[in-house]
Amino acid sequence: MDILGEISRHLQAGSEEKVADVTRRAVKTNIPPKEILDKGLISGMNIIGEKYKAHEIFLPDVLLAAKAMYAGMDVLRPLFVKEDMPSAGKVVIGTVQGDLHDIGKNLVGIMLKGAGFEVIDLGNDVAPESFVETARKENASVIGMSALLTTTMPAMKRVIDYVKNEGLDSRIKTIIGGAPVSEEYAREIGADAYGYDSTHAVECVKKLIAEMHR
Amino acid sequence: MREIIEVAAHDAQPTEQDVFTGQGIPADRRPSATTTQLFVETKKVFSACAQCVGVIADITIPAFETLYAGEGMNEAATPLDAVFRKADNLAVFAVTVGGAVSRKIDHFFKTHEYALAGMLDAFASSGAERVADRVQDNYRKRLIHENIATAKTMVLRYSPGYCGWHVSGQKKLFAYLKPEEIGITLLDSFLMKPLKSISGVFVAGPKDIHIFEDNFPVCSECQTHSCRSRIQGILQKQE
Repeated sequence: MDILGEISRHLQAGSEEKVADVTRRAVKTNIPPKEILDKGLISGMNIIGEKYKAHEIFLPDVLLAAKAMYAGMDVLRPLFVKEDMPSAGKVVIGTVQGDLHDIGKNLVGIMLKGAGFEVIDLGNDVAPESFVETARKENASVIGMSALLTTTMPAMKRVIDYVKNEGLDSRIKTIIGGAPVSEEYAREIGADAYGYDSTHAVECVKKLIAEMHR
Repeated sequence: MREIIEVAAHDAQPTEQDVFTGQGIPADRRPSATTTQLFVETKKVFSACAQCVGVIADITIPAFETLYAGEGMNEAATPLDAVFRKADNLAVFAVTVGGAVSRKIDHFFKTHEYALAGMLDAFASSGAERVADRVQDNYRKRLIHENIATAKTMVLRYSPGYCGWHVSGQKKLFAYLKPEEIGITLLDSFLMKPLKSISGVFVAGPKDIHIFEDNFPVCSECQTHSCRSRIQGILQKQE
């Protein structure tokens, strides 16, 4: 029986209890936790991401799947030694200074975790130095910023300038998003990427990190 | 005249379609049974924690002209600029569904109830519009009751941050209206707190004054052109 496939299917169906049960079963059969994570949970979320992108499913389905993923992660988490916690990369996210909207940022955070990234969510109304100093201290590769007002968008440039002025731009990349933000604005302020929705943001982050490792 | 109007949570309930549209589900697609169940659950949460209230104050055209000029950051040509001077009556307003809803959304995110958080967020956004609708209806009825308007009077609303009226316009609006009395504050970024709040102006007048083509320069940046359906819908409802 394809137990990892079963985990993925239950995750896609948003069945958190079944994901937790089958994950426990997989652990008992001595499948390595990383394999369960990659081929069960993350695999399931990848399929969810593809279906969402193809408009086959919608936001509530994605969010239910994310909760199911967390149920599986809760089973696996104690099995990982902290230093060996697998991660596709570390991303610092937040809503910029002066802005309190966080639903978009939260969705990106959920999708990034679903893709295996370690996410440090600074919340909302985040000062530029907080983004950068957190990324520096945590050795994060990407800073993701969200803004929902034209009046708060300029804070994104302050973060990007801070990164550059500190000489960190080769090791910390930036991605921006939010309703008033655009690809053009991202270019204008020197952001490394622009995510037009949460799925696209994850793809962009994967690309940024892949390019950094080349 | 300035008035505070409380709106019962059940009068601020949006439709399933409004909420599902807010979650990216097109009108022609049937959501899953789980999604529908989520909506039902969210409706209960909203009913339990929403505190819907609005404040409205009459304003003359000259006074609104000053208010609308704001911080000087509006687009040069806007639909509202073309409309408000033709109005018979104007009133500025602010409404909210209350801070408890936003706190509930945060709580759901923190406890991994993401689907509920997302649904409640969409529900509350639509709910705030429903509160604005109720206050708008109340305004129109008052004008008719006071023989200031007739049954042919149409009322549409405009909000800072849309259609070329810069979001900084809220500064003068807040100074005039003082929505702090109902718990709405304005941050330095011109963001309202609680988040699920709406402010703006009601423009009351005959049908003809509300009709405009959405071909202003600012319209090219608009992703929804919701003015088209708003004008059409309200005019059809009131005919």
